[in-house]
Amino acid sequence: MHVSTKNTYLAAVVAAVALVIIGFLMPDWLLFTATKAIGYGLVSLGIITLMRGGLVSFGQGLVYCIGAYASGLLATRAGITDAPVLLLVGLVASGIVGLIVSPLIARYRGIFFAMLTVALSMVLYGVLVKINEIGGSDGFTLPEPTYFGWQPSVEIADLALYMTAVVAAVVAATASRLYFDSMAGMISLAVRENELRVEYLGSSVFNVTVRNFTIAAALGGLGGTLNGLALGHIDPLFSFWTTSGEFVFIAVLSGHISVSAVFVSSMILELVRSFSNRYFPETWQLILGVFLIVVIIYLPGGIGSVWERLKERRNRSATAGDKAGNKAAEKKGTGS
Amino acid sequence: MEFADILTILVDGVVYASWLFIVALGLTLIFGVLQILNLAHGSLYAVGAYAAASMTMLVPMLGLPNEFSLLAMLIAALAVAIVLAPILERGLLRLFYGRDEVLILLVTYAVFLILEDATKLIWGVTPYYVFEPRNLFGTVEIGDLFYVGYDLMLIGLAVVCGLAVWLGLNKTKIGKIVLAVIHNPDVSACMGVNVNRVYLLAFFVGVFLAALAGSYTAPLISVQPGISVNVIITSFAVVIIGGLGSIPGAAIGALVVGIARAFAVYELPEAEIFIIYLVMAIVLVFRPEGLFQRTQARKI
Repeated sequence: MHVSTKNTYLAAVVAAVALVIIGFLMPDWLLFTATKAIGYGLVSLGIITLMRGGLVSFGQGLVYCIGAYASGLLATRAGITDAPVLLLVGLVASGIVGLIVSPLIARYRGIFFAMLTVALSMVLYGVLVKINEIGGSDGFTLPEPTYFGWQPSVEIADLALYMTAVVAAVVAATASRLYFDSMAGMISLAVRENELRVEYLGSSVFNVTVRNFTIAAALGGLGGTLNGLALGHIDPLFSFWTTSGEFVFIAVLSGHISVSAVFVSSMILELVRSFSNRYFPETWQLILGVFLIVVIIYLPGGIGSVWERLKERRNRSATAGDKAGNKAAEKKGTGS
Repeated sequence: MEFADILTILVDGVVYASWLFIVALGLTLIFGVLQILNLAHGSLYAVGAYAAASMTMLVPMLGLPNEFSLLAMLIAALAVAIVLAPILERGLLRLFYGRDEVLILLVTYAVFLILEDATKLIWGVTPYYVFEPRNLFGTVEIGDLFYVGYDLMLIGLAVVCGLAVWLGLNKTKIGKIVLAVIHNPDVSACMGVNVNRVYLLAFFVGVFLAALAGSYTAPLISVQPGISVNVIITSFAVVIIGGLGSIPGAAIGALVVGIARAFAVYELPEAEIFIIYLVMAIVLVFRPEGLFQRTQARKI
C-alpha cells in the first residue's frame, strides 16, 4: 500500500475514534449542532470537489434538497425509517440527478456555471413550493429515525444520529481524500490551471467535470438527508439560493487543500450561528458577511492552507537548521 | 386566449419589465466595466426603496404638495448612490481587482448579507407603504381595462434611463473613455486615463440605477425585508438571458422575463416562480453567452 494511502486510512481511524469519544462528552445541544455541521460539511465537501476543478456551484441547494426530499418521502410514504438506508437513498438519488444534470452544465465556466446552478436550484424551489401534496412551502415533518430496526430512546436519539453522522463523514472524507490523491482526481487540479492543455494531453475536461459534479451531487444528497433527519423537518428552503450561499461560505472558509478543514469550518459556522442567534439575533447575517470578507482578505487559501503553511515553515526552519549543523534531520524524521 | 387577455399580459409584462430593466442596466454596467457580478445589487435596490419610503414621508410633513414626492424619490436614490458607491467600490471591492471572478462574487455576497441586516437595523422589520405618489398620474384606459398612470410612467422612466446610459457611453467623451477601459484597462491607463475614477463612476451609476428602480417601485410594493432576494435573482436572469455587459441585451432580457412572468400569472399561476429560471436555462442551453454577448477567445 502506498504511504499516503496508508496515512489517509490511519487519519480516518484516528478521527473516527476521537469524534466518537468527543460525542460521549458533548451536551445535547452541541451534539445537535455538530450533527448539523457534519451535514453542511458534507455538502461543502462536494463544492470543494468542484473547486479543485476550477468551478464553484452556487446552487448546491438543488442536490441538498433532492437528497432530503427523496429520503424524506421514503420515510413518510413507505414507512422506511432506517437511517443508514435513508442516507444511502439520499446519496443515490442526488447522485443520479447530478449525473443527469452535469452534461448540460459541464460546458459552462465561472460565473455562468455558478448562476446556472442557482437557476436550477430555484426551479426546484419554485416547483416544490407549488406541490401541495408534499406540504408546499411548509414542507413536512419526518418520523424519528431507527437504526437497523433499533429505535433509540429520546435521551440518546441525538447521540445515535451523531454517531451515524460521524461514520458518514469519516467514510465520505476518506473516500474524497483517496479520490483527490488518485490520478483521476489530480487531473482536476490541472483542469483548473489550464483546460486546453489538459485536452491536448489527451484527457477530457468534460468527463472530469461530469465526474466531479456527480460526486458533489451525491455528497450533497447525503448531507441533505442527514440534516433532514437532524432537524426532523424538510421544506423547500433547502433549495433556496441563500442556503446554497452558506455551503459556498463553508467551502471558501476551508479552502480546497484539506478535507478535514471542511468539517472544522462548518462547525465554526454553526457555532457562530448558534451564538449570534442567541446574543445578536438581529445581526447574524451581518456578522457572517464581515467574517466572510475577513477570511477572503487574510486567509485566501482557507483554513486548510494554515496547515500547509505551518508545514512549509517547519521544513524551512529544518533545512536552515541542517546548514547550522544541528540535529534537525532527526527532528524532521519524527516531526512529519 | 382573446385579444384583451393578450393586451393585459403585454401591458403588465412591460410594466414589470420597465423597473426590472433599470435594475438590470445597473448590474450589466457594473459587470461590463468592472467585471464584477454584483450579488448585492438587489440589496441596493432595497436600500433605495427604503430611502424613498423615508423621503416621501417627509413631503407631507414639510407641507409640500404631493408632486414633490417624485423629486424626493430621485433625491433618495441619489443619496444612496453618493453614500454607498464610494464605500463599496473604493473601500472594499478595489482590494480584489485582478483576483478570481468567483471570489469577487463571494465578496459581493458578503456585502449582500451585511446590507440585509443593516437595512433591518436602520428601518426595522415592519413594512412601509408609500402609495400616495401612485395616485399622481390618475388612471389610463387601455382596451377595456384601467391602468394606474404611475405604472405606465415607469415605462417612460426605463426608456429615459436606457437611452441616457446608451448615449452617455456612445456619444460623449467620458463614455468613449469608459468604453476604452472596458476594452483594455491597462492600455487605457498607459494613455493617461484615470482608470480608478472610471471604475468609481461606473459603479456609482450602477448603484444609482439600482436605487432609482427601488425608490420608484416603492409605491407599488410593500417595502419590507426580503425584497432584495427576489430582485437579485430575477435581474440576474435578465442579464444572463440578454448577455452580460450588453444594454440592448438587458432591455430584451427584461421584456422576455416580464412578459413570461405576466403570462404565467394569468395563464399558469403554478409556474409563476420558476418560469423565469426556466426561460433563463433554456436560453443558456442554446446561447451559452446570452442573446447579445460577443464570443470571447479561449485563453491558452
